[in-house]
Amino acid sequence: MIGLDQITEIVIAALLVIGGIFGLIGSFGLLKLRDPMQRLHAPTKATTVGVGTALLASVLDLWIFEATLTWQELLVIAFLFLTAPITALFLAKAHLHLTVRHEDIPPTGTKRPWATYSTDDADEFQP
Amino acid sequence: MMRRLFPHPYLSLTLFIVWFLLVNDLKLGSAVLAAFLAITIPLLTGAYWPNRPQIKSVPALIAYGLIVFWDVILANIQVARIILFMPADRIRSAWIPVPIELRTPEAIALLSGTITMTPGTVTADMSDCGRVLLIHALHAPDPDAVRDDIKTRYEARLKRIFE
Repeated sequence: MIGLDQITEIVIAALLVIGGIFGLIGSFGLLKLRDPMQRLHAPTKATTVGVGTALLASVLDLWIFEATLTWQELLVIAFLFLTAPITALFLAKAHLHLTVRHEDIPPTGTKRPWATYSTDDADEFQP
Repeated sequence: MMRRLFPHPYLSLTLFIVWFLLVNDLKLGSAVLAAFLAITIPLLTGAYWPNRPQIKSVPALIAYGLIVFWDVILANIQVARIILFMPADRIRSAWIPVPIELRTPEAIALLSGTITMTPGTVTADMSDCGRVLLIHALHAPDPDAVRDDIKTRYEARLKRIFE
């Protein structure tokens, strides 16, 4: 007979395996994709589920088998979601600044240029 | 008086909860320290963040969070499939300028963060005037569809929440 503990163990194992697979795919994407901007997609996405499932497995394991409910994993997920887009934006802007010419990306369609290529210093963001 | 003491009530509440999650312990001492941090941090940083974001509808914000959560999972699977099964020379990446109607900085920050976390798109830059976002799509045979999807799925909802 399969008890509740075994079902939980299977779920935890499945979560860890899924997390591992996504982490691996994210790293593989770095190798396979050619353009730096394409490579940026692999780690910013494929790793969120990877880390998320590993943390979920950790919460489940401590909760079911150690009878302690920890919330720190939730914080890790929350901070990961807050910081990953900012890191990606910084990398993208550094890439634009260093290697992409202004002519190679589409125009803004407004009278102002993209912020990375902006040369005026006195213009402030007007909401 | 209340406004002076709590320039950002949501920030105070978040700090209070986050501190409890960090110490992972329901003690009176933690509550005192959490309250201290929740009051002092917004006071000290308030000067750099003068406007208070207006959240019009909390249920809509929660619904938005759930939609984004679901989309992040789908995005992972979609990007994983592109990485694994699509030959590198068939991946058609594109730069897509997306004009935005949102004007509050918090809403724009949330939108660009959402774009980065969801299907095959990364926010790369913003126009100088803050009216257009530059987005890089990993595989977009139809850039216009990606733009319209972002505008209807995320921006319209954020507009209802913040403006």
